[in-house]
Amino acid sequence: MKGKVISKPLEARKASPLIVSLSAVFLGIAAGCLFILCIGKNPFAGFERILFGALSNTRRVGNTLGMSTQLILIGLSVAFAFKTGLFNIGASGQMLMGGITGSMLAYYLPMDMPRVIYLAIVIVASMAAGAVWGFISGFLKAKFNVHEVVSTIMLNWTAYWIVYDFIPRFIVDPTISVKSKPIETAHTLRADWITDLTGFSTMNYGFFLAIIMCIVIWFVLEKTTLGFNLKAVGANKFCAEYAGIKVNRSIMVSMAIAGALASLAGLTYYCGYSNIMEMGKMPNEGFDGIAVALLGNCSPIGIFFSAIFFGILKMGRGSLAATGIPTEIADTIIATIIYFTATNVILANFWNGLFKSRFERNEARCRAAMDAHGDKRSLEALSHDEFNAYAKEGKALMKEGK
Amino acid sequence: MLGIRKEFPGIVANDDITLQVEEGEIHAILGENGAGKSTLMSILFGLYHADKGVIKVRGKEVHIKDPNDAFDLGIGMVHQHFQLVHNFTVAENIIMGKEGGFVYDIKKASKKIKEISERYRLSIEPDMVIEDITVGMQQRVEILKMLYRDADILIFDEPTAVLTPQEIDELMEIMRNLSAEGKSIILITHKLDEIKKVAKRCTVIRRGKLIDVVDVASTSVEDMAAAMVGRPVSFKVDKSPCHPGDPILEIENLSVMNSKGVLGVKGFSLTLHAGEIIGLAGVDGNGQSELIEAITGLRKVESGTIRFNGKDITHMSIAERNDLGLGHIPEDRQKRGLILSAPLTSNMVIKEFTKSPFSSHGLLDYLAIREYSENIIEKFDVRSGEGADSLAGKLSGGNQQKAIIGREITADPDLLIAVQPTRGLDVGAIEFIHKQLVEERDRGKAVFLVSFELDEIFNLSDKIAVISGGELIDIVDTTETDEHAVGLMMAGIRKGER
Repeated sequence: MKGKVISKPLEARKASPLIVSLSAVFLGIAAGCLFILCIGKNPFAGFERILFGALSNTRRVGNTLGMSTQLILIGLSVAFAFKTGLFNIGASGQMLMGGITGSMLAYYLPMDMPRVIYLAIVIVASMAAGAVWGFISGFLKAKFNVHEVVSTIMLNWTAYWIVYDFIPRFIVDPTISVKSKPIETAHTLRADWITDLTGFSTMNYGFFLAIIMCIVIWFVLEKTTLGFNLKAVGANKFCAEYAGIKVNRSIMVSMAIAGALASLAGLTYYCGYSNIMEMGKMPNEGFDGIAVALLGNCSPIGIFFSAIFFGILKMGRGSLAATGIPTEIADTIIATIIYFTATNVILANFWNGLFKSRFERNEARCRAAMDAHGDKRSLEALSHDEFNAYAKEGKALMKEGK
Repeated sequence: MLGIRKEFPGIVANDDITLQVEEGEIHAILGENGAGKSTLMSILFGLYHADKGVIKVRGKEVHIKDPNDAFDLGIGMVHQHFQLVHNFTVAENIIMGKEGGFVYDIKKASKKIKEISERYRLSIEPDMVIEDITVGMQQRVEILKMLYRDADILIFDEPTAVLTPQEIDELMEIMRNLSAEGKSIILITHKLDEIKKVAKRCTVIRRGKLIDVVDVASTSVEDMAAAMVGRPVSFKVDKSPCHPGDPILEIENLSVMNSKGVLGVKGFSLTLHAGEIIGLAGVDGNGQSELIEAITGLRKVESGTIRFNGKDITHMSIAERNDLGLGHIPEDRQKRGLILSAPLTSNMVIKEFTKSPFSSHGLLDYLAIREYSENIIEKFDVRSGEGADSLAGKLSGGNQQKAIIGREITADPDLLIAVQPTRGLDVGAIEFIHKQLVEERDRGKAVFLVSFELDEIFNLSDKIAVISGGELIDIVDTTETDEHAVGLMMAGIRKGER
């Protein structure tokens, strides 16, 4: 069996998710160009500013990666739930739960604790808080058939008000009463060597945690029975049930893991990227993460790159002001990309049509060349190499004919 | 329909097919699944458009863009799945879409319906509500709907799949009446005896090509079958007498709720022994699904017990039952049986991926999974484009079913529950699957077969259990009964009541 090549029948290729995502990005940027043109500015100057603002020096690169950190983790959270057929729209609330847990531990744990132990405790504790938050939605879905979209949105607001209450009660900044007291750097995820390397950027250990999580989630989904189990439930709940998989348990596990990932994002956001929490603020990143997951086709590697791409847009837009282009253009581009990603079927059909017509042209060329050679075989009998060679020859033949 | 050609990506569904139906004729179209019958009819009904060829109705060339055009030309179709609103009356259903103006006159319509019903001896009352009448009557409502719209070319798509033998006879009679009144009927089916009973001529299609147009009266059933499949077929399943062993499955006084919250299975008792096939006969929707779901653990049991190999499994989880050796070929292969978006490899181990050798310590062993899958694919002749890597959804229905049966049999269960194992499959695949089921029996396994096809029940079963209204009507030896007797029992009539 080894080394046996499975011969695929000759047929036009299909659009891969990568092509679809890249065309969505392309169309989004094109739309952005159009908008900038409409207000009478130079789109190239605009994009130059965005790239400048996001990547022109180590500090800016660091800030972009710092911003991308949350997006990677939220993207993973949303994608992981997606794979099990669930829509986690509650990443914002889970972020808040992770953030408040981390912030309170940062405030109350002794400063002279060894750093490694301290970090281990906050990471585990805040992930646990998010896991509980996600689990509640999973539990409600499994036991009472409450749709997760409803329960996660509800829990977003529960988390919002918990934070609203906990900040003044436990960790208030005596000077500004609507904010928490800034966390000492030693108790954030920041590291001196990263801060030095990137000229005091917001980048922190969270970025590496995000990379590790990408690998872990990829491993869980692709290599473990747990991943198999969850994917089976996501792909066909009825078949999973029939096969003896405990569907309800899977839903709860999946939501708990998704919640843990999102709350880890909250930790990196409030105790790394920033060092305070504000009362009455729902983090937008929870929703941006949905776009990240969609654009990344729910694969960890895709999410990594799409998060960095969104990070660039979000960090770079600040520099747009100098050109007179409104900074909202970056959000418009993101929104347009989401539209195009959501209509991925249309994009895939476009590419499939293109590939098909090209294939049919080659087929016609191939037939012409075969006729010229007196080759009586059917097209299906040809190997890919033969097909390509004939097609090339046929192209020349047809040109002469004209 | 002359020289019709229709291509779909990758296949030619209809290749230069000509179909000529005369006025007042009952014309059958015979072909295996996927032969192109449905495509041809969809073109006639305006659901698809032909790539080549012309359609002529009463000698005039026509272009049928959509079903409304078809209606206007007097073409009507009785679908396999009825298109009726359940809590509406017969008359309301029939005039739907033809109310004529803002205020409709139901009395006038009812009168017309009654007239038509009497003329064709359909015996349908316009005031009855759909959910109160039998499946056979619902079908006649569908027919009435076509007649109400003055259709004179009627297409019947597999009309007998949901009927009891008696209802089938009635339908055949109605078809004859219709044709006597000058209506043309196109009957799509793969059941040869029905063609033999009513049709005058028969167009045989194989793999999208027109094979032959035969005169039914002068052609034998065997010849028609051979034309359809392309080789001689045997209808009888070769099987030795059965040697029942120990009881494998014992169901005692089982009651199960259906999805509407009323008892779908009522006090059902049955014992199935090793080395025995029991066929459960019954009209669709009489508690079969609920019974099977209760045995396999998909549905909660209300009261009663289920014992498997002597163990009480009434309240066990599905996984525990699977582990004890219960195999299940589910009724809906695409909903329950397979994950269509996943490759065959995953599908073949969907029940066992947590066990050795497919995984250890929670990590999957893809090599072992692949080897196991390829073994099943080879042994059960599952044909697919890319071998074990093919997505299950890309396989044809027959190959999907072979994959499921391969998975279930390879797991070596003591009890194999096969629900509608051959539904929608072609003759070749049916032969293969029947052989596998009998082989399982001969290896000393118990087989519980549920089917709506009486032929299948009679061919395979050692004993026949009949279910009606969720109750066991009787259980009889196959050799001591006939289709007529079973048909009566399917209608809920017990032995003494005749």
